[in-house]
Amino acid sequence: MSPVHAILATPAAAAVLFALLPGYRLAARLNVLAAALTLAASVVPFFARPATTPFLLIDDFNIYLVALTAFVAFTTSLFSARYVLHEVAIGRLPAGNLRFYHAMYQAFCFTMLLALTANNLGVLWVAIEGATLTTVLMVGLYRTAEALEAAWKYFILCGVGIALALFGTILIYLAAQPVMGSGLPAMTWSAILPRVGAFNPAILNLAFVFLLVGYGTKVGLAPLHAWLPDAHAEGPTPISAVLSGLLLNVALYAVLRFKMLLAGNALAVAPGPLMLAMGLASLLLASFMLYRRRDIKRLFAYSSIEHMGIITFAFGMGGALANFAGLLHMTMHSLTKSAIFFAVGHISQIKGTQKIAEIRGLTQSQPLLGWALVIGVVAIAGLPPFGVFTSEFLVLTTSFARQPLLALLVLAGLLVGLGALVLRLQGLAFGAGEGGRKASPAAMLPLFIHFAIVLAAGIYLPRPLVAWFQNVARLLG
Amino acid sequence: MPIFANIAYDTAHLLDTFVLVLSFALLYQRRLFAVLTIYAWQALCLAAAAAWQAYAQDAPHLYITAAIALVFKAIVIPLALHRIIVYLNIHRSIETALGIGPTMAVGVGLVALSILLVLPVTAAAGALTRESLAAALSVVLLGLLMMITRRNAVSQVVGFMSLENGLILAAVGVKGMPLVVELSIAFSVMVAFIIFGIFFFHIRERFDTLDIHDMERFRGEER
Repeated sequence: MSPVHAILATPAAAAVLFALLPGYRLAARLNVLAAALTLAASVVPFFARPATTPFLLIDDFNIYLVALTAFVAFTTSLFSARYVLHEVAIGRLPAGNLRFYHAMYQAFCFTMLLALTANNLGVLWVAIEGATLTTVLMVGLYRTAEALEAAWKYFILCGVGIALALFGTILIYLAAQPVMGSGLPAMTWSAILPRVGAFNPAILNLAFVFLLVGYGTKVGLAPLHAWLPDAHAEGPTPISAVLSGLLLNVALYAVLRFKMLLAGNALAVAPGPLMLAMGLASLLLASFMLYRRRDIKRLFAYSSIEHMGIITFAFGMGGALANFAGLLHMTMHSLTKSAIFFAVGHISQIKGTQKIAEIRGLTQSQPLLGWALVIGVVAIAGLPPFGVFTSEFLVLTTSFARQPLLALLVLAGLLVGLGALVLRLQGLAFGAGEGGRKASPAAMLPLFIHFAIVLAAGIYLPRPLVAWFQNVARLLG
Repeated sequence: MPIFANIAYDTAHLLDTFVLVLSFALLYQRRLFAVLTIYAWQALCLAAAAAWQAYAQDAPHLYITAAIALVFKAIVIPLALHRIIVYLNIHRSIETALGIGPTMAVGVGLVALSILLVLPVTAAAGALTRESLAAALSVVLLGLLMMITRRNAVSQVVGFMSLENGLILAAVGVKGMPLVVELSIAFSVMVAFIIFGIFFFHIRERFDTLDIHDMERFRGEER
């Protein structure tokens, strides 16, 4: 059994187990255990690279995303264990729903890891579709009118998105078939990439448009982002954390795979400008929308759109340095944003509301959580010394060197977003606290692990990590 | 053999066109039950198209796709939706966001667009593949159009399912595409989930509009 099988089998088996297991307290603990086992398995490929099979593949690009996904899924399971028990205790969530919740959590991890390790374009599509289904069910978990509406909208928009992505996938096969012959190799990633130069460029172009719009819907790129804030705000917070931290990355990973394919064909259109436009639109739109948020989870959902915009922009710019910045930013955003959602989840539980206006002076009433939120917002706003600053700085410097006008727009978007976050943070964190000090039931460990990594990355990136990001950046073209 | 090849081409072309024409028929229905009937016919034509491709391409696995289309889409889903409409007492007539006339005009435009888009691009592929791909893209776009112009959840879902029919049509039309069966099963699971969702959560109307301001009012985010 290769390590990839272990990475995929652990969450799949856990999902089945949790569906059968009645006790929710035990399931919450086992959920952590299953996530830890998956994380352990995801580290193995660094030491013994598994062989490429027709369906599964571990290469330089996805190896770190698999580890990142398993890691955030593990820390989120720690947070989730504390979070859901509180939700059951206050009666917001029936205990019976937790069986379903834990099974879906693991099923979701399985589909994400399958999407990342898939070597076959069809399997990639099925995995992303599965990830959509499992998260739709969890977004609607609270069964309120708002939650159901959010789930329905998420479903319809992303359903159309992945339908378009399937059409793009069929077109890729159509382009590959004359060169590769009929059958499985024409949809196998590792087989088509070396020979993509001989494919019909016109079909590849058409396919990429469908794939970018299709998977781009799941990345949350403007103007296809409408589902994202609702899905983040109305679902349970651990799901918001994995949606923002992981699923958006996985969808972007799919887009990047196809970008690599187009980059391999000299006659095909350059995918960069399309991605630049969508990235910039998302960044600018989201940073202005941040000002009008009244709901704390929506605020950070829009911030996710902003950051996915920055990342897409960086990859659209292309070249070794911009790709490096994009990869780094993917990692940093994933860690920082999930940590912020951990903090926000506990805060909204303690305060009993998600309305920004009703949350005041957190550093006084909940010093630990309040300051954690401050650190998180400072980090995500792109201020030094955190890792997000490093990657945003790299994006800016490379774009100033190559496209000064676009770089000005990016800078404007970043500053506008920064302003909005600082404005909201003042009310949330400082000033007179309400309700006095209360004992905090928060699980602070996952938060601090994430912040420690983001801080460390902002101060010093280890040499092997840099070399490896550079290597992947070259692969991305 | 050339005569046989022509028959293969003509029949496939005919069935593709049936699916496309039924997509248009979906656009001008004013009653929900009529929408379901047309959808069932479209699924039936899709099943016939898939079965014909299975025979013409000598690809037996496509018979499974045809069977799924026949049993699941042409029989089970329309019956299930019919019962749901009766059970939930949904308005039987359809509210449209855009009048029938303009919708049809846009639909014709979309078909022209997909022909202009697909035919030049796929010049190297066989004539059969090219034309069924153009028909399939038209069905996909018409499905999208139906989803946009209908205000009721059930007819939106039917729009989504006819969009999906277009995708399956494309997948069976491309010679020797692997995993078609798996992909169509994955899609059927998704459709089953949607229908389950309508039933379970009693979603009668489409409550979302894509207009951000409406949403914010609903969600208490107004100033």
